[in-house]
Amino acid sequence: MRLKKGIPVIDQGDKLGFWGGKFGGNFVPETLKKPIEDLEILFNKLKKDKDFISERDKYFKNWVGSPTRFIKLENLTKHVGGAQIWSKVVSDANGGAHKIYNATVHCLLAKRSGKKVICGDTGAGYAGKMLSMAAKKFGLKCKIFMGAKDIKRQQPNVRAMKKNGAEVVPVYSGSQTLVDAVSECMRYWVANCDKVAMCVGSTVGPAIFVRICGWSTSQISRELKTQLVEEFGSIPKKLKLYNCVGGGSSSFGFWNEFIDYDKKQCEFIGVEAGGPRNSKKHAAPLTFGSKIGILHGAAQYVNQNTDGQIEETESISAGLDYPGISPLHCFLKDTKRARYTAASDEEALNAYKVVTKFEKLRPSLEPSHAFSVAISESRKLSKDTIVVVNSCGDAYKDREIIKRRLGEKYV
Amino acid sequence: MSNPISHAFKKAKSENRPALLTYTVAGDSSKKQSLEILKSISKKVDILEVGVPHNTPVADGSQIQTSSYRAIKNGIKVNDIFKIVNDFKKFDKNKPVILMGYYNMIFQYGENNFLIKCKRSGVNGLIVVDLPWPENKKFANKCKKKSIFFIQLLSPTTTKNRLKKIIKDSHEMIYFISMLSTTGGKLKVSSKEILFNYNKIKKINSKKKVVIGFGITEKTIKSLKKADGLVVGSAICKEITNSIKNRQNPVTNVYNVVNRLKNKIK
Repeated sequence: MRLKKGIPVIDQGDKLGFWGGKFGGNFVPETLKKPIEDLEILFNKLKKDKDFISERDKYFKNWVGSPTRFIKLENLTKHVGGAQIWSKVVSDANGGAHKIYNATVHCLLAKRSGKKVICGDTGAGYAGKMLSMAAKKFGLKCKIFMGAKDIKRQQPNVRAMKKNGAEVVPVYSGSQTLVDAVSECMRYWVANCDKVAMCVGSTVGPAIFVRICGWSTSQISRELKTQLVEEFGSIPKKLKLYNCVGGGSSSFGFWNEFIDYDKKQCEFIGVEAGGPRNSKKHAAPLTFGSKIGILHGAAQYVNQNTDGQIEETESISAGLDYPGISPLHCFLKDTKRARYTAASDEEALNAYKVVTKFEKLRPSLEPSHAFSVAISESRKLSKDTIVVVNSCGDAYKDREIIKRRLGEKYV
Repeated sequence: MSNPISHAFKKAKSENRPALLTYTVAGDSSKKQSLEILKSISKKVDILEVGVPHNTPVADGSQIQTSSYRAIKNGIKVNDIFKIVNDFKKFDKNKPVILMGYYNMIFQYGENNFLIKCKRSGVNGLIVVDLPWPENKKFANKCKKKSIFFIQLLSPTTTKNRLKKIIKDSHEMIYFISMLSTTGGKLKVSSKEILFNYNKIKKINSKKKVVIGFGITEKTIKSLKKADGLVVGSAICKEITNSIKNRQNPVTNVYNVVNRLKNKIK
């Protein structure tokens, strides 16, 4: 399996949508073949269309707010005493997380296709919140599917969705988390695909959704590339990019522009959710060597039993609580371009404590996983190594969990 | 030897009625009971579809989901399903059995192993909900070599060009999804429109046996009598759920539903 140079990774799939010949694809009911094909044609056309690109850039700049900050975490660097630790503060984006990029692009596509309603899934509630914001902005009706368990633990985002006029549909099946929300959303699309557009909240799902999401979040690395050159005069010789990985949309977007660089110069480290310490129900299929299987229309490494039933996961961060992983990350893992590891709930909470103690930055529990590994690895790295952590979400949504686990003073 | 599925369609045609196909989930509500249900309805039904339950079903509505989760919770495994089919075939060896499920279950078992087991236990056909054409070409050929029908699905969204290609690659039986819906949805289009789409398929190749499924209940079955076959699934799963809730015997209740369905299309 090999990565090709000079071709965007999202376009490296084969005719049937498989990366590396085995990840991704379109394992969908016949009913969805046509709407998926329509979306493919539309997207392939528009991503080459100058007007569409400038429309996208206009909204990214004026509405999403780009570029998001790239800052040095001076105090944290001093405290750790190794590599220079920087952060790309993607949570600066309108709405407080990277999910806004994908949501905006899907709404722009829905408008072009003449659809008036858009549906989407959400775990942490960010994908849903952003989709509800974008839908409101572009005059679309919005329906969000969310696991009943997630609705309970991510109330601030639920309130935001409702405020934006979206209908939040609780999903009670299975583990009542993201995996079931995605299933229910796809089922809704099966039944309504003639009138409704679907947005998959991450780089998962049938191949076209993986591609659209990856294309959208790549805004993060486009900005970062410019910012690195502005700061250092060129891309640093030793660069390490840390990102949490749930479905994999923020990490893919954080890395995309650097994929053609040699990994000795620019290393990617993906941090999955290890779940509670000693728990077997992790959400880290790449780290713990899960087998390849089919989930939500795509072949990927996924937590499952020997029969092929998808297994429940457990993580303090709803956004990472997903048994599968983007086909793009399976591809980056097997081509050895990226390295994957996991942080436990406790490690993420601890990293949150450390970061908020030293810096004016409040990463949500998802990027706290990435901070955990970045901090511990930075200790052993040279001072000329540039470590960048994508702080892709803000902790506001996690205040209840943080209050419960760490106490009032950390909120 | 021809596939018993072909024989079932011939028999129904000779009686001037559509073939009746039922869908029940293997292991719902228990391994033993799902076998009993198959045995009890066997006489009234032409082709038995046996669901392989999966816990992330992207095309099933709430009734079949409930049945599937119940079966999984009660411990059903793929090997148990083969055993159920095998035991059923000892009881009624000529009644065609089709397994219906999601591709991951086959993928994990291994395509070749799965087909060997199908052959040994007496499975006559396979419906794989999330393995559409052309992705299914290779697997469909493997099925053919084992004289197991791979049943292609067609939907109202299938374009004409695609219809032709799929029908060309299909085996004798084809499954037409009546409307844009997950299983068990309320029939939201007229039977006239469904039959219009059905006839489009028949016009391309009249020899194919086309069954209609999704949204078929005691209320709607009669209006679609002209089809080669009709599938009832969610209505039966719902009956099992209700029987359990009301502390009644699902086997008797399901038999009664099937009997009434059969009488409506006689």
